[in-house]
Amino acid sequence: MFESVLITIATAATPLLIAAIGELVVERSGVLNLGVEGMMVMGAVTGFGVAITTGSPWLGVFAAILVGAAFALLFGFLTLTLVTNQVATGLALTLLGLGVSGMIGEAFIGLPGVKMSPWVIPVLSDIPLVGRFLFAQAPLFYISILLVIGVSYFLFSTRAGLTLRSVGDNHDSAHALGIRVIAVRYAAVMFGGACAGLAGAYLSLVYTPQWIENMTAGRGWIALALVVFASWRPWRVLAGAYLFGAVSIGQLHAQVIGVSVPSQLLSALPYVATIVVLVLISRNRRLTMVNTPACLGRPFVPAR
Amino acid sequence: MTEMGAGVDQLHEGEGGGLLDVRGLTKIFGALKACDAIDLSIGKGEIHALLGENGAGKSTLVKMLFGALEPAAGEIHWKGQPVAIHSPGAARHLGIGMVFQHFSLFEALTAAENIMLSLDEKTPILQVAERARELSKAYGLPLDPFAHVGDLSVGERQRIEIIRCLLQKPDLIILDEPTSVLTPQEADKLFETLETLRDEGKSILYISHRLEEVKRLCDRATVLRHGKVVAHCDPRQETAASLARMMVGDEVATVKRTGSVDAGGQALLEVRELSRPSANPFAVPLRKIDLLVRSGEVMGIAGVAGNGQGELFEALSGEALQQNAATIRIRDKDAGRLGISGRRLLGAAFVPEERLGHGAAPQMRLSENLFLSRHVTDAKALMGAFGTVRTGALAKAAARIVKVMDVRKSGEDPEASALSGGNLQKFIIGRELDRQPAVMVVNQPTWGVDAGAAARIRQALIDLARSGSAVLVISQDLDELFEMCDSVAVMHDGRLSAPMPIAEATFEKIGLLMGGATPERSELPEEAETA
Amino acid sequence: MRLELIKRPQHSVLFSAISPLIALVLTMIAGAIMFSVLGKNPLDALYYYFIDPLRETWSLHELAIKAAPLILIAVGLSVCFLSNNWNIGAEGQFIAGAIAGSILPVVFPDFQNWLVLPLMLIMGMAGGAAYAAVPAFLKARFNTNEILTSLMLVYVAELFLDWIVRGPWRDPGGMNFPETRDFHSFAILPELMPAAGRANWGIVFAIIAALVLWFVLGKTRKGFEIRVLGQSPRAGRFAGFSASRMVMVAFLISGALAGLAGISEVAGAIGQLQPSISPGYGFTAIIVAFLGRLNPLGIVAAGFVLALSYLGGEAAQISLGLSDKAARAFQGMLLFFVLGCDTLIHYRIRLVGRAPQVREAAEHV
Repeated sequence: MFESVLITIATAATPLLIAAIGELVVERSGVLNLGVEGMMVMGAVTGFGVAITTGSPWLGVFAAILVGAAFALLFGFLTLTLVTNQVATGLALTLLGLGVSGMIGEAFIGLPGVKMSPWVIPVLSDIPLVGRFLFAQAPLFYISILLVIGVSYFLFSTRAGLTLRSVGDNHDSAHALGIRVIAVRYAAVMFGGACAGLAGAYLSLVYTPQWIENMTAGRGWIALALVVFASWRPWRVLAGAYLFGAVSIGQLHAQVIGVSVPSQLLSALPYVATIVVLVLISRNRRLTMVNTPACLGRPFVPAR
Repeated sequence: MTEMGAGVDQLHEGEGGGLLDVRGLTKIFGALKACDAIDLSIGKGEIHALLGENGAGKSTLVKMLFGALEPAAGEIHWKGQPVAIHSPGAARHLGIGMVFQHFSLFEALTAAENIMLSLDEKTPILQVAERARELSKAYGLPLDPFAHVGDLSVGERQRIEIIRCLLQKPDLIILDEPTSVLTPQEADKLFETLETLRDEGKSILYISHRLEEVKRLCDRATVLRHGKVVAHCDPRQETAASLARMMVGDEVATVKRTGSVDAGGQALLEVRELSRPSANPFAVPLRKIDLLVRSGEVMGIAGVAGNGQGELFEALSGEALQQNAATIRIRDKDAGRLGISGRRLLGAAFVPEERLGHGAAPQMRLSENLFLSRHVTDAKALMGAFGTVRTGALAKAAARIVKVMDVRKSGEDPEASALSGGNLQKFIIGRELDRQPAVMVVNQPTWGVDAGAAARIRQALIDLARSGSAVLVISQDLDELFEMCDSVAVMHDGRLSAPMPIAEATFEKIGLLMGGATPERSELPEEAETA
Repeated sequence: MRLELIKRPQHSVLFSAISPLIALVLTMIAGAIMFSVLGKNPLDALYYYFIDPLRETWSLHELAIKAAPLILIAVGLSVCFLSNNWNIGAEGQFIAGAIAGSILPVVFPDFQNWLVLPLMLIMGMAGGAAYAAVPAFLKARFNTNEILTSLMLVYVAELFLDWIVRGPWRDPGGMNFPETRDFHSFAILPELMPAAGRANWGIVFAIIAALVLWFVLGKTRKGFEIRVLGQSPRAGRFAGFSASRMVMVAFLISGALAGLAGISEVAGAIGQLQPSISPGYGFTAIIVAFLGRLNPLGIVAAGFVLALSYLGGEAAQISLGLSDKAARAFQGMLLFFVLGCDTLIHYRIRLVGRAPQVREAAEHV
């Protein structure tokens, strides 16, 4: 029982984690991309469509990553090259993603999907209590953990990561030192898009292997909230994602057990929890002020 | 001194000897020729001054030399070879280093990380820190490589910039207005470092508008005016007045401080035991500030940037409220609990340091920006029925201010961001003077403003005081304070010293207080020595 | 080759006026390409989208029915966006208004007189405003990101509506369908010209709201306050305005208007509460607000354009078998082009070749 709960929590947490870790890199570079939901839903529909057409979930994952990055590139072109408002453009990306995915996905409604099979690591997966949770999961679970390790190492132990953080802290200084601010941001934005696409593919290939319109159901927004919750630290994103996973699994279990609260109100719990967590975090102004990338959301136009 | 013309060529003194030779360098922004065919040559082992007023094109020129801007025309020769400098990285590669005026540091990163970002080779961070520590010892620039820049004073930040620059082993170091953020004593130390560097054979391009220090430090000077080179000269052969004439192109307008102040004048602005905890992690707390400005008086507050001047201004203006209403009194009325509109209604007027984004909304027209600070005090004249704005009356008032303060602008009612810094400042000051305020608080009245506009602004403030108002000027520019004030107090680490009559004040005394010395033990504080 | 932006000394009056039109043209071109990819004749598709719904009177009435909520919500959003408050939860406030306004006809069906409708409208506005007050309060008090909180509340409102129409408010005589009882005649928003079509008073409310806010934003000190706090908050504070009070004001205004849109929709076009009462009006209104350049009069025009895309989507589905989802994709593209074209207002765009520099560098090195 304990282990199966852990596994379902991981299933709920992994897409949030993947999307949030990508957005964390984007925001560390000083860009606020509110289009996570849109890129994610595009990843979901693409992953599903390519997987059932080719029969290969891996091709689906790959295509989802590409589409996520392509959508992010569109966002980058507007906000970085044309210096449009990042908040509005992110919203536009979400609306566009929801619209386009609904249109493409119409052909897929009701079709059985291709489920990605788990990778069971022999011996280790037999460890009592946590073996199956840690070592018998879908491949994307392992990738999500590797992403956290990789992003954490990249940001705090590599020169390129230092450059990325410097751009998010003060783009004018970075520009004066000869760092190519726009190029760094394009790279970060596209990485974020790729992650969002991957997270979407997880939904339609692992979580519920089918296509349902708007199947992201706000997870892209929750991922954005997670980044704030984690105060832009990769390991805290991991903790936050599992906390949210636990909340959403908890309410599902409560529905199954038949707690005498209407299912709709239980389903609202993750959203309410998001609000509560955001309030708790933002109450501590000192914490948020010190951690927020100073250039987050600010436009940059280099003098030439 | 060699005026523009035949003399310029002879100063090129041979092609081979020069480290840097610039010919005909030009940069155009829209309709403005920021740099117009600039010639400049710098030899090995010299400190070369680049002189000019705000807006003369100094910063544009050095940004081109450092690869941050692309020239529209002209050539740069480096060690006799023609070069194109496309990026700061290319400049560093050639051996050109730069110490920026508005520091190009990252507050969220440590000193060592900041330094690492400008090194091209991949050196581990610990090694970078070690080398920085060695250099800082060698040149007497104390530095903690692992401190976060956000926690450091401006002086400490400048040291990071200088060490960062030195670590690249440059042949030419460009310093842009380096002393504008230092106390006179800190500036002296900097000069010693620079002289050491010159003796080691390095060349320095020293940008300043402070003539005394240029005369003291520099071997040669190039003077810019309106984007053009107007003279090459030896500053030691010149007087400050002759240098100033070259910069301004005219007799420098002087400010007249006529009449003495009646010591018994009515107290119009009183501050008693004003304390304020820091509102955010980057703010300075205010500690028990006492202040009294009388009718007819101009009082100055000196201090190095970031010692609480901004916080004091917000407390005085009412943008931040006090706990106790009696902490601040304006014209004998308790004002501590009043917001900025309430204080304006008592007859006070305020001019903040930031022009664009604080004193004025950049994308709003001048008339709208007039409304910004006058909508409560002049509601009768400026507003009609149903809370409507009387645009006709606004336009008239704005035109009046433009005329009185000689604001140069293009178009009938341009947006604030379209004006030059000096002209916008004249408008903002004029907007408040137009009301004849009883109390005027001004933060950095002439920062980044050309000499003509600065003189006009200072004179207007003195005249306001002499007509019976109380004027409080917060400034980092000591020359300015000595020129206009009747008394000066010094702000350091959120504390304000007792005011000193201007006749008793000297640069040295004020400088020590700016560095944090208490008047009793006039010595440098320890924190300036260790970082 | 790369694009280079050159800041204009002042914003371009010309492009402020025509950038939404350029965006519309670009969207149509992109739409035509999209339709060809889908195997449809692009001209036919554009015809059904943008011309066909305008050909008959009843259809114009339908246009007004769709435009009314879009305009009502979008003019409220313009106050938010101009003051730099990112309320993106209008969809939730729309639902909250619809639910609050429906209390009288659903819970007290026997209370029937001419007072009911005005009370419903007021309660709808109050409901929307109260729902918007939550993110506003959290922002003003705790500095909580209003984008995320207002959006999360949309999901909560949708789930709550779903619960209430399936549970406590389900029509006892409704054969277990998930909907409330039909509103009685005193609770129905009257149609303007019943003989010609279904358009009701909603569109009148929308145009009145737009006119009032146009006056307030453009001519009064309150409008100045909204704009200055949005453009530069510190200058706004220097002017003596309070940013945190403005958060409340902006959210309450837009929440009330979204709530009015919500109750007008259920009391007008629908006539009862159902699990789903909005085809995404609250989000589409964001597009309307930007297409109208945050100017209430522009928003009226933009509201009709987006309403047309809804009707056109239906027309194209019927005539060409095009998915009605295409309309949403279309709307998303439109916002992209609008935002992109707005760049022209503040910048000149120049295409720069890298070639000359490369040559120069090669000569010199």
